[in-house]
Amino acid sequence: MSATELPVCEIENPVMPYLRQERLPHIWCPGCGIGTTVNCFTRALTDSGMDLDRVAIVSGIGCTGRVAGYMNLDSFHTTHGRAIPFATGLRLANPDLAKVVVYSGDGDLSAIGGNHLIHAARRNMDLMVVCVNNFTYGMTGGQVAPTTPIGATQTTMPYGNFENPFNLPFLADACGAVYVARWTVYHVKQLAKAMLEGLKKKGFVFIEAMAPCPTLYSRRNRLGDGVDQLKYYKEKSKVVNGADTKEVGLTFQGDITVGKFVDRDRPTWLEAMNEHYTHHFGDRYTPYGGSHAQD
Amino acid sequence: MSEAAPIKKGKGTIFLTLEVCKGCSYCIDFCPAHCLEFSREFNRKGYHYPVLSSPEDCTGCDLCGLYCPDFAIFGMRFKDIEQRRQAAAPEPLIPARG
Repeated sequence: MSATELPVCEIENPVMPYLRQERLPHIWCPGCGIGTTVNCFTRALTDSGMDLDRVAIVSGIGCTGRVAGYMNLDSFHTTHGRAIPFATGLRLANPDLAKVVVYSGDGDLSAIGGNHLIHAARRNMDLMVVCVNNFTYGMTGGQVAPTTPIGATQTTMPYGNFENPFNLPFLADACGAVYVARWTVYHVKQLAKAMLEGLKKKGFVFIEAMAPCPTLYSRRNRLGDGVDQLKYYKEKSKVVNGADTKEVGLTFQGDITVGKFVDRDRPTWLEAMNEHYTHHFGDRYTPYGGSHAQD
Repeated sequence: MSEAAPIKKGKGTIFLTLEVCKGCSYCIDFCPAHCLEFSREFNRKGYHYPVLSSPEDCTGCDLCGLYCPDFAIFGMRFKDIEQRRQAAAPEPLIPARG
């Protein structure tokens, strides 16, 4: 069956309206899971029915940081690790935005931008953070990341990693995020649903999406191709909704606990500020961003 | 340029943009109806792309579209295709790329 025999189709891929098509094909390696998370995100955007002019996406540096460049939304590609501060500024300067999404990798969010992550979660800033966790620094050549599990070989740890990795859902939960979930790239439907819930939720939403890195992480550890990692996710993951986040740490090729771990309500930073100053100053204070009581 | 498998059997079909496929085999391994397989041919970049090996089994569930990291494949049910064709915009929605 050659390409010329096939009829040209007038039906567009449902993902395409969300992408800057002149930039495709993208730079991600064959078997990389980041594109799959983008599919889930576009599905969530479709299902949420949001006005796309009022959704902004911010990302940092790295393979996952390229997402902001490929999405056909208002987007900004910030400096390394500074996606959350930029998104915080965006959210506070324009409270009428329906949602500000931070889409970045594990190295960008938890290492270089680790401080920003914990403080945005502590303040309960109204952001949705999607952390695509591939356990390594993909773009710079496979250095050890704060999420690399013990025993995994990396370029800068040729005899295996001995540093204790971050348990990202536990970190976000302990800092006060209102919604914490972890899914893998194998669980596409669940990931899309989690992103939909995250888009609708007010407050700091943290979604960890485990993705394979076939070029660096899998190759250095002889774990096969991207699809082999997906088969591992399928085999070893267990859905435990509402699990204690202390127990959900990851080990090298060990069991994975996935699910929605935390879903609670806390006043966001803006709500808390308005309430505080209204309490102090009464009628003399005009609440900021009051028109944003929709969605 | 998007191309379709033209045979009308089963409940749905897949649409594939050959030239952006990187042959990761996500769609082939996780198709719930096991109706995809690798082609014998290569695309222009030298990857084997998926083809619909058993069109009668395809339900058009679009799980391949949700998995595809390269936005190359998607599935659609025949009744949705008909609906779209009736309400179709006259100009092609995907601009041709060289």
